[in-house]
Amino acid sequence: MSMSDGVASPNIPAFTNGSGAAAILSAGIGSLALAVLAFAGDTSATIKSILVFYRPTGVLSGVTTTAILIWLLTWAALEWRWGKRTVALGRIGIIALALLGLSFLLTFPPIVDLL
Amino acid sequence: MEITVRSLWTMIHGMGFGALYLLACSGAVVEVYRFTTASTPSEFTSGQERFLKFYLIAMVVFAWTAVLTGAYVIYPWYRATPPLGMADPSMYPQHLLMSSPKTIGWHSLGMEWKEHVAWFAPISITMVAFVFIKYGRDLRNHRELRAAVLCFAVASFIAAGVAGFLGAMIDKYAPVQGGHTIHLSEGTER
Repeated sequence: MSMSDGVASPNIPAFTNGSGAAAILSAGIGSLALAVLAFAGDTSATIKSILVFYRPTGVLSGVTTTAILIWLLTWAALEWRWGKRTVALGRIGIIALALLGLSFLLTFPPIVDLL
Repeated sequence: MEITVRSLWTMIHGMGFGALYLLACSGAVVEVYRFTTASTPSEFTSGQERFLKFYLIAMVVFAWTAVLTGAYVIYPWYRATPPLGMADPSMYPQHLLMSSPKTIGWHSLGMEWKEHVAWFAPISITMVAFVFIKYGRDLRNHRELRAAVLCFAVASFIAAGVAGFLGAMIDKYAPVQGGHTIHLSEGTER
């Protein structure tokens, strides 16, 4: 069986895990970028005015557009670097989930108010 | 029986794309888990695999459409500033919520969290769909990858659930109203 046709044999991975790791870590980084930008827009008037890309939606337009760009660019860069490699996915998965958890906390107003 | 254009968009956003996404989420988590942990590859046919890929792509479309209609169609109506001297704030939901200490929390906590947390759902489910489409049944051989993907799928469900709940409550206390009225049917007196 060819290793490049994507058909898996039981217990023998057909693909390296690098591409999946790139997708997972970039999702965590993109989520954290959104939370950090939302926090920055909330605390700095200068950043808030910079992040107004579409006036009717206000600062949310810049926060989400910038975070999506960061997510996609990070994904492309990690895919380019890890796409065909096998990486330490256990550690990467934990980091990605920690970033996602931190993102949930950083967008929760009572916690943001404490910072 | 009639509905305003703004109410219709709110329904499309929340009860359409948002609710469909939430309904699909639990099914996706169960099916991805079942599919990627099956003891023998022959337990699932290629048709079932194709169906699950299509299902996840549909979820990605629902999630992105829900957040984009929310942010760019409904949110501008929600946060619009009323003109000076406006006596009736009911057309300005954010202003209406902030005008009373009993409802201000629905904006300062509810909308402030909802408008950001909702975006974790499409980001996470896009990743889940990509990994499933790329790896398919090979995920069975990547235990750590599978675990991370399932955690992100659950996180996506939680994010959408939080956003959906807060959206429903905000719309209960300060509904987005206005715009043209669409007549659906003529009522008859009994």
